[in-house]
Amino acid sequence: MSTPTLPDTRGAAAAPAGTPHRVAGGAFSPRQLVSSLPDAFRKLDPRHLVRTPVVFVVALGAVLSTVLAVADPSVFAWVVVAWLWTTVLFANLAEAVAEGRGRAQAASLRTVSTDTVARRLEAAGGEVRVPASTLRVGDLVVVEAGETVPGDGDVVEGVASVDESAITGESAPVIRESGGDRSAVTGGTTVLSDRVVVRITAKAGESFVDRMIALVEGSARQRTPNEIALNILLASLTLVFLLAVVTLQPMAIYSGRPQSVVVLVALLVCLIPTTIGALLSAIGIAGMDRLVQRNVLAMSGRAVEAAGDVGTLLLDKTGTITLGNRQAHELLPAPGVTLAELADAAQLSSLADTTPEGRSVLVLVEERHGPLTRERPPGAEPVPFTAQTRMSGVDLVTASGRREIRKGAAAAATHWVRTLGGDVPAEVGRVVDDIATAGGTPLVVAEGSRGTARVLGVIHLKDVVKEGMRERFEQLRAMGIRTVMVTGDNERTARAIAAEAGVDDVLAEATPEDKLELIRREQSGGRLVAMMGDGTNDAPALAQADVGVAMNTGTSAAKEAGNMVDLDSDPTKLIEIVEIGKQLLITRGALTTFSIANDIAKYFAIVPAMFVPAFPGLDALNVTRLATPESAVVSAVVFNALVIVALIPLALRGVRYRPAAAAALLRRNLWVYGLGGVVVPFIGIKLIDLLVSTVPGIG
Amino acid sequence: MALSDTAAGLLQIGLLVLLLAAVHVPLGDFIAASLTGPRHLRAERGVYRLLRVDPDADTRWPTYALSLVAFSTVSTLLLYAFLRLQQHLPLSLGMPAVEPAQAWNTAVSFVTNTNWQSYSGEATLGHLVQMAGLAVQNFLSAAVGLAVAVALVRGLVRAGTGTIGNFWVDLVRGTLRVLLPLAFAGAVVLVLTGVVQNLSGATTYTTLAGGSQTIVGGPIASQEAIKELGTNGGGFFNANSAHPFENPTPISNVVEVFLLLVIPFSLPRTYGTLVGDRRQGSAVLAVMAGVFALSHAVTLYAETHALGSAPQAVGAAMEGKEVRFGEWASALFATATTSTSTGAVNSFHDSYTALGGGALLVNMMLGEVTPGGVGSGLYGILVLAVITVFVGGLMVGRTPEFLGNKIRQREITLAALHILATPFALLTGVAIALSSEATRSAVLNPGPHGLSEVLYAFTSAAGNNGSAFAGISVNTPFYNTALGLAMLLGRFLPVLLVLALAGSFAAQRPAAPTAGTLPTRTPTFAGMHAAVVVVVTGLTFFPALALGPLAEALA
Repeated sequence: MSTPTLPDTRGAAAAPAGTPHRVAGGAFSPRQLVSSLPDAFRKLDPRHLVRTPVVFVVALGAVLSTVLAVADPSVFAWVVVAWLWTTVLFANLAEAVAEGRGRAQAASLRTVSTDTVARRLEAAGGEVRVPASTLRVGDLVVVEAGETVPGDGDVVEGVASVDESAITGESAPVIRESGGDRSAVTGGTTVLSDRVVVRITAKAGESFVDRMIALVEGSARQRTPNEIALNILLASLTLVFLLAVVTLQPMAIYSGRPQSVVVLVALLVCLIPTTIGALLSAIGIAGMDRLVQRNVLAMSGRAVEAAGDVGTLLLDKTGTITLGNRQAHELLPAPGVTLAELADAAQLSSLADTTPEGRSVLVLVEERHGPLTRERPPGAEPVPFTAQTRMSGVDLVTASGRREIRKGAAAAATHWVRTLGGDVPAEVGRVVDDIATAGGTPLVVAEGSRGTARVLGVIHLKDVVKEGMRERFEQLRAMGIRTVMVTGDNERTARAIAAEAGVDDVLAEATPEDKLELIRREQSGGRLVAMMGDGTNDAPALAQADVGVAMNTGTSAAKEAGNMVDLDSDPTKLIEIVEIGKQLLITRGALTTFSIANDIAKYFAIVPAMFVPAFPGLDALNVTRLATPESAVVSAVVFNALVIVALIPLALRGVRYRPAAAAALLRRNLWVYGLGGVVVPFIGIKLIDLLVSTVPGIG
Repeated sequence: MALSDTAAGLLQIGLLVLLLAAVHVPLGDFIAASLTGPRHLRAERGVYRLLRVDPDADTRWPTYALSLVAFSTVSTLLLYAFLRLQQHLPLSLGMPAVEPAQAWNTAVSFVTNTNWQSYSGEATLGHLVQMAGLAVQNFLSAAVGLAVAVALVRGLVRAGTGTIGNFWVDLVRGTLRVLLPLAFAGAVVLVLTGVVQNLSGATTYTTLAGGSQTIVGGPIASQEAIKELGTNGGGFFNANSAHPFENPTPISNVVEVFLLLVIPFSLPRTYGTLVGDRRQGSAVLAVMAGVFALSHAVTLYAETHALGSAPQAVGAAMEGKEVRFGEWASALFATATTSTSTGAVNSFHDSYTALGGGALLVNMMLGEVTPGGVGSGLYGILVLAVITVFVGGLMVGRTPEFLGNKIRQREITLAALHILATPFALLTGVAIALSSEATRSAVLNPGPHGLSEVLYAFTSAAGNNGSAFAGISVNTPFYNTALGLAMLLGRFLPVLLVLALAGSFAAQRPAAPTAGTLPTRTPTFAGMHAAVVVVVTGLTFFPALALGPLAEALA
């Protein structure tokens, strides 16, 4: 079993484009089948079986056949009975394996939610130590360094660094502070420094961790609308086949070849869509599981399904489309200054600059102007950036005297030049304005020496679109998904970046109301909208969106409003979520097609077996030349059972999904699962027949 | 110069394809315009006043369905009364009242657009019953089918209104604007090709050899036209279109095949036009035509190659076929009549080779959707499209939608029940018929052929086809009653489910298609749609077919 992979969805920032990364929690191992067997036996409870109509019918058939085999024993009858029960067991096994994988995660989460003591602030003043389980919504608790946060809530006072690794797996501590969009804390996390007062926002037992446990265990899993609809289709197909098999007996009697009930049950079980019926709930659980593996918690399966249907993606510019920091893009020398001079000065001023912007200047200079890199000259003194000067640079002692190089915001740098008695050419002002209106950030480089100063030129810093984003958006467009970039930038800047990134539309100078309005507009056109948000003011839009993903760093209002939470707070995740939703639905469709296509081969195995004694000509339908009628029936039943187990790994990891237009996806999946579903069972049944036909009493 | 059989056969097929290709576009558009235009004709206003209905009322599906059921119930009772009271009516030609079981069977048969005939027309019915009873239902039952189809299309198109049109308007327009003018033109053409049209009763002639022969005349051409156009199939004579008065020449034969195919093959165009995307219609047409061509090829091959030991011995499969038509024209008519729920015959399907007859059986088992009856073919194939979209939609990673309408729990339930309804009526009927000695004895042939006969009878009834395999004495209380029930269930269960589906689609606001939506107008989808049509049928009926035609063919 190879490691299940999806094409990389994080963009170049995380990994080079095209590098596969894991989808599910590691490869499926056959050992999981064995360890889940006890659970599979427990699921033989009729109250559980009845939830899946197809499997329930198999179980009824197995009971009936068992009774008949007891009454009229034969090797054939007992073999069929044994395999009918195996079929039921295998169907249960699929669900048990899927749930088992979740349970392991839940166990590790439970260690988080072990009871802690809370220091509750009393209205009358003072604090009381109470068990965390007695906390109520609205209670105020104090948490100090080294203590565990007793429940979900918002920081209302103070600032602290918090270790959230128990939940997110991310070891770097995060800052939580009152007010603003970084105020939410999660029960079970640990405060590392300082002291905060937290207002509890979730009842004990309904906290984030509790919900997470319920989700991964599958206990809170409700059937999703599409799953219910598919179950109805499968149930009605079961009815059709029940009808076909029940009415077959009078025809068989008329034809002088009445059939034993065991054979009729075997035919029925082979025809009804057991494969997809058995795997359906495992597919649903595994879909949730895949999200959890990516640190996304979906509050409902409905949201996962909706993710597959998303027609419009609202993406935040910063962090999703562009790298978080601006980078040097171009050097524009002032009149009378050579490019080499400017490059040299820019580099010198940045040698000691550790900010990403500063690094990017070095990179640019090296890329464009060759390896000028040199060690910091002796005697050079770096001048760090301060909020007062808004400049950084370097002071050098050269043969001709002291030389000061500064780099900083246009206003600050030009002011510095003027103070030293230098002139700022009008041309520089124009360049600065042009860069600003195009959405970039101008940095002015200046030098002062021998009592005067001059502007050397301008560094154009701009938002850099992440590598590979244009291709991602093209894929999304091919999938029929419109991308809208949301940014606080002005219209012109936003348009410039949008054009570069290749998004379909922009929402510039976006206010929360604008977002809400945009979502409503898209929805009224029949499109489902997905967005990610973190702030309290995002809450209405998150609630309105069909798929609203709240960042874990966000406020509890945002988390409450959305239907998913991303523990990594990674805005690119939205694209992965959509792909997982699609993969879930495709897996259902593909296995349904496969399951139904299988019936053709089973008919060709069983029907001639039933009636060849009456009509020898029907042997022509026995196209794979199965050995004997008994062997043919048994082989079909065995194949039908084994194919369930064989497809469990596929159900758990989902079918391979490549972003493509619907027409191409349909064509590919029809070939693989439609045609494959027709051909595979002919081969499989024949192979089993070769074995089974050696069994005395059958062969 | 005499044409060879093959050349003549190919010529007929070519002519037919040419005619259909030329006519289906304007006719499809004409039907679309007729059924959806805002204006009412004066004659129509008169009818609405008479019926006391408001033609501008746009109704939800329960109202639409209730009107349809009420109308069909009244029609059945009226027809039943006609048949039972025939001896008191003018132009009865002295025929006595029809027996109750047979009257029930016949009334249901004509109201459900089946036109199964357990009687022989010329020996049982007078002219008034033929014209005012049966021929009227030939128009109305076809118009009902048309109404349901257009209601479903409205449901697919409408955005959130929940209404699917007005049954009475659809019924009246379908009859007055579409069927009547076409039937009139058809009748004129048929008369020109030699079909009889008069009001004579039976006349006894002395033949050249000195014996005496009774020849019945009547309003044959007029009934013939609507018999084919409305995919009804109830013949004026027992011999149906094999009778020289109904279908005298190879030319009239082509005209009749054309008439019975023309509306069903034009409706995809109507659909495409109404949904505002003609390629949707073309895709449906391709599915219908593709399966039709395949089935026709099988029957034609089996018949012209005289498969089977008896035909091989005589060198041709001409038993039960008219020499003036031969194998080619007979196979064409047979495929057309079984594929369209018409049920008229110009040859005896019972005498076909096992494989050829089996293909005819399969045509009906497909649910009469290739191209199917007037209206019923279109709505039947659209329901199968819903099932196809459901599975195909999942395979492209979306919760499935058809023309922008979501297929959720309710929609899939209705569609699934729809594909269950006809097999239920059919297989249950066969099982019961084979279960008792009394009913088994009505089967005249032993072995697989006998099974095929029973299977054919119930398939024909449940599929509202009406053609008979013969070889079975169906004028018994059991068969009259059971087949009547099968016809009733096979017609109205699907109709009600389709209307409910239409209502549920109409209540939705269709989403605009994107590149991520499953396209329903591509060859890939059409191929999958056709596969679903064939596979659903195949899986349901394979065991029955194996014991009937397959066992016989492979013997």
